[in-house]
Amino acid sequence: MKQLDARGLSCPEPVLLIRQAMQSGDACYEMVVDNHAARENVTRYAEHQGYAVTVRQEGSDYTLTMSR
Amino acid sequence: MNDKKEKWTIALAGLAIGVLAVTLVAFGNPANMGFCIACFVRDIAGALGLHRAAAVQYIRPEIIGLVLGSMILALVRREWAPKGGSAPMTRFVLGFFVMIGCLMFLGCPFRMILRLAGGDGNALFGLAGFVLGIVCGVFFLNRGYTLRRTYRLPVTEGAALPAIMAALLVLLVAAPSFVFFSTEGPGARHAPLLLSLAAGLIVGALAQRTRLCMVGGIRDFVLFRETKLLLGFGAILAAAFAANLVTGSFHPGFAGQPVAHTDGLWNALGMLLAGFGCVLLGGCPLRQLVLAGEGNADSAVTVLGLLVGAAFAHNFGLASSADGPTAAGRIAVVIGLAVVTAIACLNTFRKEAAQ
Repeated sequence: MKQLDARGLSCPEPVLLIRQAMQSGDACYEMVVDNHAARENVTRYAEHQGYAVTVRQEGSDYTLTMSR
Repeated sequence: MNDKKEKWTIALAGLAIGVLAVTLVAFGNPANMGFCIACFVRDIAGALGLHRAAAVQYIRPEIIGLVLGSMILALVRREWAPKGGSAPMTRFVLGFFVMIGCLMFLGCPFRMILRLAGGDGNALFGLAGFVLGIVCGVFFLNRGYTLRRTYRLPVTEGAALPAIMAALLVLLVAAPSFVFFSTEGPGARHAPLLLSLAAGLIVGALAQRTRLCMVGGIRDFVLFRETKLLLGFGAILAAAFAANLVTGSFHPGFAGQPVAHTDGLWNALGMLLAGFGCVLLGGCPLRQLVLAGEGNADSAVTVLGLLVGAAFAHNFGLASSADGPTAAGRIAVVIGLAVVTAIACLNTFRKEAAQ
C-alpha cells in the first residue's frame, strides 16, 4: 500500500498528489489530509477513478484509505 | 456528502448569490457591482486614507460580512482552524499583483461574472484572459508548483483578520472624521449598511459551505474535468442574468458600460494576470476572504496584499477608468505578469520536495 502525506497542503495539491500516485495503478493507497476540502476533493477524485474510500479521523487529521 | 448533493448545494448557493448581487445593485450598489472583491477592498483602502481617489472611498460592509459569515459557519461546522506559514510574503506579492490585474479590468472574477450577466461585452475579453491565465497556472500546477505546507498556528493568528473586520464595522458605524466617505462616484453608491452586511454574511457562509471559487471552477475543470465549482460559477451567471432581466438592468453592448472600459486587449491582460495569480494562490479573491474567515493566516496576508495593491493602484495611477487603461497601469500589468511568472517558476522547478 502506498502512503502519502498531504497534511498542510491546500487544494488542488492533495488531488494532484493522488492523481500522480495513482498512475502506478496500485490497488490500495492511504493518504493523510488535515482539512475538510482536501478530504472531500480527494475522496471524490478517488471514487471517480473507481476506488472505494474509507475515512478515519484521528484528531484533526483524516486518513483516507482508497482501494479497489 | 455525495457528489450529486454537493452539486445541487453549490448550484442553489450560486443561484442565491446571483440574485443577492442584483438585489444589492437595485438597492444602491454601482451597476454590475453587487459584489466585487477588488473594487470593495479598493474602496476600503480609500476610506482608510491609504489612497486619496475621492470617488472610491467607502468601508464596504459586504467585505466585512464575507469574512465574518465564513468565520461563523466555520465555527459552527467545527472547521475553523488557525493555520498558516505557507509562503506568506509570496502570497502578499501575488495578492498585490492580482489587485493590479483586477483594477486594469475594473473588477475581480466575481464582478466579471456579474458584468457578463449585465450584458457588458467587454467582460468577454476579460473572461478570455482569465481562462488563459488559469491555463498558465495549471501548467505549473501540473509540473509540481507548490507554496508548501501550512502549519497549525495560535488562535490569535487566525482571529486577527476577522477582528480587523469587526473593527472596520465599528469605524463604518461610528464614521469618525478621519475615515473618508465618497460623496460622488462609485464609492458614494451603496446599498443600506444592514442589507450589505447581511448579504455579505449570507454569501460568506454559502461560499464557506460550498467552497465556491471563481478560479477553482475553471481550474478544476482543466485539471480533472471536475465540474462542481464550475457549476457554482454558472449558477451565479444564470441567476444574475435572469434577475437583471427582471429588474431591467440587462443592457447588452460594449460602449458606455458601467464602471468599465472598452480596451479589449488590456481587459484580457488584466484578467490574465488575475487568473494566473489566483491559481498560484489557490483561489480567487472571494475565496481568500472566505479562507481568512476560516482562520487561514496566509489568506489574511493575501487580503492585505490586495489592500496594498489597491492603494498603490490609485496612488500611482495604475487603475483604469471608464476612459480606459493608463500608461502606468499597462506597465504595472506587464511587471505583474513577469513577477507572477517568476514566482511560478521558482516554486515549480526546484529539486527538493515539499517539506
